[in-house]
Amino acid sequence: MRIILHIWRQRSAGEKGRMVRYEVPNVSEHMSFLEMLDVLNEDLTMRGEEPVAFDHDCREGICGMCGAMVNGIAHGPLPGTTLCQLHMRHFKDGDELYLEPWRARAFPVVKDLVVDRSAFDRIIAAGGFIAVATGSAPDGNAIPVPKDDAEKSMDAAACIGCGACVAMCPNASASLFMGAKMAHLGLLPQGQPERERRAVAMVAQANRELFGSCTNIGECEAVCPKDIKLEVIARMNRDFLRAKWAGEEGVAGD
Amino acid sequence: MSAIAINPIYRAVRFYEAPIGKKAVMAITGVMLVGYVIGHLLGNLQIYASDPEQINRYAAFLHNPANAIPLWAIRGVLLAAVILHITASVQLWLQNRAARPVGYVKKDDVPASYAARTMIWSGPIVGAFIVFHVLHLTVGAVLPLEDINQNPHTPNVYENVILGFQNPWISGFYILAMILLCLHLYHGMWSMFQSVGISHPRYTPKLKKGAAILAILIAIGNCSIPIAVMAGLLHL
Ligand code: HEM
Ligand code: FES
Repeated sequence: MRIILHIWRQRSAGEKGRMVRYEVPNVSEHMSFLEMLDVLNEDLTMRGEEPVAFDHDCREGICGMCGAMVNGIAHGPLPGTTLCQLHMRHFKDGDELYLEPWRARAFPVVKDLVVDRSAFDRIIAAGGFIAVATGSAPDGNAIPVPKDDAEKSMDAAACIGCGACVAMCPNASASLFMGAKMAHLGLLPQGQPERERRAVAMVAQANRELFGSCTNIGECEAVCPKDIKLEVIARMNRDFLRAKWAGEEGVAGD
Repeated sequence: MSAIAINPIYRAVRFYEAPIGKKAVMAITGVMLVGYVIGHLLGNLQIYASDPEQINRYAAFLHNPANAIPLWAIRGVLLAAVILHITASVQLWLQNRAARPVGYVKKDDVPASYAARTMIWSGPIVGAFIVFHVLHLTVGAVLPLEDINQNPHTPNVYENVILGFQNPWISGFYILAMILLCLHLYHGMWSMFQSVGISHPRYTPKLKKGAAILAILIAIGNCSIPIAVMAGLLHL
């Protein structure tokens, strides 16, 4: 089938970008979305043009590197899927698709569809960890964890940090990402001691990165490739408010 | 790291500084405003009483000088709530807009999120309506108001409401504002729980449905009065 693409082309962070139209004439329905872009790039390279830059790594939906807006939906129209796992059979011959990078002040465009998501790393570094002495793995049942909590924590831990939530959110808020990390760690016994400090520190870092804040719209939940639920944001709010109530200041005076 | 004794004013400022703190303030002031909206509606529905004097007796009770202190206390609290609610919403809106300086060429939205995405429009229009409403039926700056009694001041609410709503422009604006209030509350009445951290996979969907039903009931109740007047069901 033939697919028409309008792709955001921007040579570097400082330069102006624009949408450029391309045609990919021989798309097989078995291709993944990224494979279709590979085909386009081969063609562009043959013609001596600059290939379209896009992030990717595992191509099996687990690393969180890939992602672009497809017709205004993060990771494209299929719910619960990363761009690399989206297959062309979900499109029809002659479809016109607009591809744009994640847009947020905290995610500056590096080139074409590639954005700099290191703001997420800094949020994790601010509090998205458990500061315990590591060593050899403890015995499996040494620390009992209620089944329900273990399940919820695992659901939250499915977050791959792709940034689709930020990209889709009308406020460019990182709340779903942060909520997922806080639920992942805060539901387990090992995560309890730092639970409130973690909430304050991560939220403060997100503000420093100039992410927006949550207004409970739910667009993030709708596009999350790992089906993380809005509930984790309520949990984050709860942890944060409880911490503030107790006068918790987090690290570095936040 | 610990709950050391910090100056409470400093603590309140730090609390409000954080977006989640601002949202909590919006949720708490939102609850107060919703409570007022429901109480106000129940008071107004007395216009349907078989005795037209019923609502005037209610107005006389509110205006009774003996009740002046609680009346002004409630007005003061509501005014403070509105000011806090609006201030926080505008501050958050500005921050959130700045978080995406370059927009999308094409952006799709989840259809169910319409009310949520338009809070910053439904809110201020309802706010403008509140000002108009007070000028209309409390101050008397829109149409001259009829009084039953000058001292103590007792307005003839029954007559003022009917004369006001016989004007289709006034009725139209009231109905429009009440539809927007319905949208605002449709989102707001469950959002406020989420904002303060209350969410549960089993109960939150029911809460959303309950908020929607209550928002629609409030709109029906409020809109029924101008409609009843224009239809001639309520008349002098
Ligand atoms: C007068 C101007 C008003 C403005 C500018 C305004 C604006 C807003 C905004 C922007 C939100 C954000 C909600 C979100 O995105 O989650 C909100 C929430 C809310 N509003 Fe208003 N609003 C106004 C009046 C009212 C009134 C009159 C009521 C009640 C009758 C009300 C009740 C609520 C409630 C319950 C919430 C939910 C709070 C939360 O999500 O935490 N608002 N408002
Ligand atoms: S490339 Fe790893 S998730 Fe898509």
